[in-house]
Amino acid sequence: MSKISITADNLEDFARGAAFLGTGGGGDPYIGRMLAHAAIKEFGVPEVITADELDDDDLVLTAAMLGSPPVLLEKACCGEDMDLAIHKLEEHLGRKAKAILPIEIGGVNSTLPIMAAARLGLPVIDADGMGRAFPELQMVTFNVYGCSATPLVVTDEHMNSVLIEADSGPRAEGLVRATAIQMGLSVMISSFPLIGRQVKDFAVHGTLTLALGIGEAIRKGRLEGDPVAALVAYLKTTPYYNHAKTLFDGKVVDLKRETTRGFSIGHCHLEGLDDASRRMEVTFQNEHLVARENGVTRAIVPDLICMVDRETGEPIPAEHLRYGQRIQVIATSAAPIMRTPEALAVFGPRQFGLNEDFVPIEDMQ
Amino acid sequence: MRIGVDVGGTNTDAVLLDGEKVLSWCKKSTTPDVESGIVAALTHVLDEAAIAPGKIQCVMIGTTHFTNAFVERRHLLPVGVIRIALPAARALPPLMDWPADIAEAVGEHVHLVRGGYQYDGRINAELDEEGVRTAARALSARGLRTVAITGLFSSVNSDMENRAAEIVREEMGEVSISLSHTIGRIGILERENATIMNASLADLAVSVVRSFGKALKQLDISAPFYISQNDGTLMSAEFVERYPVLTFASGPTNSMRGAAYLSGVKDALVADIGGTTTDIGMLVNGYPRESSVTVDIGGVRTNFRMPDVLAVGLGGGSLVLETDGGVSVGPKSVGYRLLQDGRVFGGGTLTTTDVAVAAGYADIGDKAKVASLGTDLVSAAVAKIHAIVAEGVDRMKTSGKPVPLILVGGGAVLIRDEIAGTSQTIVPDHAGVANAIGAAIAQIGAETDKVVSYEEIGRDAALKLAKEEAMAKAVEAGAVAGSVEIIDIEEVPLAYVPGGAVRVRVKAAGRLDFTNGAA
Repeated sequence: MSKISITADNLEDFARGAAFLGTGGGGDPYIGRMLAHAAIKEFGVPEVITADELDDDDLVLTAAMLGSPPVLLEKACCGEDMDLAIHKLEEHLGRKAKAILPIEIGGVNSTLPIMAAARLGLPVIDADGMGRAFPELQMVTFNVYGCSATPLVVTDEHMNSVLIEADSGPRAEGLVRATAIQMGLSVMISSFPLIGRQVKDFAVHGTLTLALGIGEAIRKGRLEGDPVAALVAYLKTTPYYNHAKTLFDGKVVDLKRETTRGFSIGHCHLEGLDDASRRMEVTFQNEHLVARENGVTRAIVPDLICMVDRETGEPIPAEHLRYGQRIQVIATSAAPIMRTPEALAVFGPRQFGLNEDFVPIEDMQ
Repeated sequence: MRIGVDVGGTNTDAVLLDGEKVLSWCKKSTTPDVESGIVAALTHVLDEAAIAPGKIQCVMIGTTHFTNAFVERRHLLPVGVIRIALPAARALPPLMDWPADIAEAVGEHVHLVRGGYQYDGRINAELDEEGVRTAARALSARGLRTVAITGLFSSVNSDMENRAAEIVREEMGEVSISLSHTIGRIGILERENATIMNASLADLAVSVVRSFGKALKQLDISAPFYISQNDGTLMSAEFVERYPVLTFASGPTNSMRGAAYLSGVKDALVADIGGTTTDIGMLVNGYPRESSVTVDIGGVRTNFRMPDVLAVGLGGGSLVLETDGGVSVGPKSVGYRLLQDGRVFGGGTLTTTDVAVAAGYADIGDKAKVASLGTDLVSAAVAKIHAIVAEGVDRMKTSGKPVPLILVGGGAVLIRDEIAGTSQTIVPDHAGVANAIGAAIAQIGAETDKVVSYEEIGRDAALKLAKEEAMAKAVEAGAVAGSVEIIDIEEVPLAYVPGGAVRVRVKAAGRLDFTNGAA
């Protein structure tokens, strides 16, 4: 794999690719892109390394922000709060981090690690813990394969910090939420401290390269005339996202949404542009979960289901879906490590209340 | 009796209204000094209706002047930028995503000060009054005359911004001060951008508002005048001097509001067909539906109250070309050269207007010049024109149900047949000056935007409080108390927040009180 570099010049491509991998959720990557941009301007371009370059025993720490999306739009971090989360965890563990790892590549948390790495002068690893976005802390490969979410550190811009040690992923999630509320719903978090061996074994690799590649494909596709075709063609050349296809080309004819348990749950109905008898329903809980055509499942979580503007290829976040939009629904395979029985027990269809088993996209019609 | 004026980039339109009745109207060219174009238009409508200037009770003006100035980077002042948010958002400095030329025009006089609130109005950090004072002194020393102040969560609690303004005034004297809570919504970067844009227009605002005043004075019109803002409500002249940015995108709003007024239909789609583009929007209860996404103006990201408008490349000057597969229409247009280049006007370019004449939809120019066009070509072009509008209409609809379509603008003659997905097509009288009508009928309005806890006081009580606050604000702004209505309520539950925290936006508007010239 050739080395990439994420700079002020290609951040927009990178963030657009990350929005695609956010599969409708993951938060507006704009603020994250601005934070990374400002950090690169001040501290320079961070080095991107592959997991192979780590020693098995190297300490690797993750960097992310967590909070309520409207609050994140107003109360951004100060930067030092990100540094503090890493430093407090280093202090607790009694050793220094060798690199920063994104916990999720989809949405706003794709760019936060770029900011953290630039600020701290550490390399960022070309990998993450899901190769997409998910709504809950424990929905990550590291949890699936036995790495603990804790100890973790949550910080705010006042340089308050809370160290959490918990006996399970869901418990850690609950404690983090409670802390975030007290801190004003916009916090920095470093969870899942890992060693190099764990990153090599359990991360989804090459996802920074992937996000950048997706963004570049869309941009170049626009110049050549068909960004969606360019995007799908690019995905087919990638190691695990190669079972990519356009599931549907249609327009939004109905949209129902509700907010339950703090999650935005919705159903988007599409009608075929060329054939009005073709119907697709995409169900989402923050991220898109399942796409069904005339009642038949065509793609299901943890495989990725993304909605893009049919003309520009721009990924459309679930909160911006609207009646009348012309959309292409693109689905692609998740990494093999995301599709094992252990993984499906954590973020398979049934974990989202869907009453069916996972079937890989390449085995569906 | 009142006059509505629309000062566009090309035309200055005016209408004279007596109650609900249009007495006279006209279209004149916009002049570089603005003033003489307005004088010409007003003179025309007064003379035609034989009305004495003293009878005019009120003049309402819609203008794209400030938008154009910002987009073209003309007449912009360097701005003192004060952000009250530390320690939050230090990693996201002001002006960072502005195009270089415009960032340079407003200068980089940025001061970050400690202070601000939490999402629920609790204090996040106490205001550093000395910090504001020091910043003001530095800005004063640099000779700046306009200051933009943005506080963290000021849309929830504006006290610190107001206090900072007092301090700035103490230190800098009579400078122009723009406060973010009066301009934008939650979203610190976008609100701050809009506030800085506003501050940069401070001088231009004063001179344009004065030239409006001079035009009226020259005609002996002593009535107060108002300027329309992007949500279809009015601002007093003094208010616009302070908040010119709120006029951004008022043009489409005025034409949609005018369409609602002229047709008497409050829930409908509106297509404003101009020379080059057609703006399609959705009227909900007589007001344009707002855009939910951020809007770039001159390359700067904002979260203004903007009408959600889809512009498609179809107008009266759009080129009609024969192709292998049939015919193509637009998006290229002869634009303002239609009167020279169009076939019916003796030119050599086939336009949509020529097609409309050939099809018998319109009687403009010399019909004989298009008599030789093949009927196949004409009917294919007509079908294409209708298909373009139909697709735009379908994109803007909020549900599958057919809704009425109101056509306004000079290009309304292009459409005669039914448009798919609509229940009827309405072309009201005076459709060509719907934008000036929209300015004339604009109301006085106000908005509240805050995060409230439904669990604490219950949804009904929380909404009631928000509605009362919005209505009181509208009356304060000059609306007749009994006429104020709630025109929009938006509730956004905050994910991850316990206690039923909901962001509530309420907008109220009412008839302008002519009697005391309030606001």
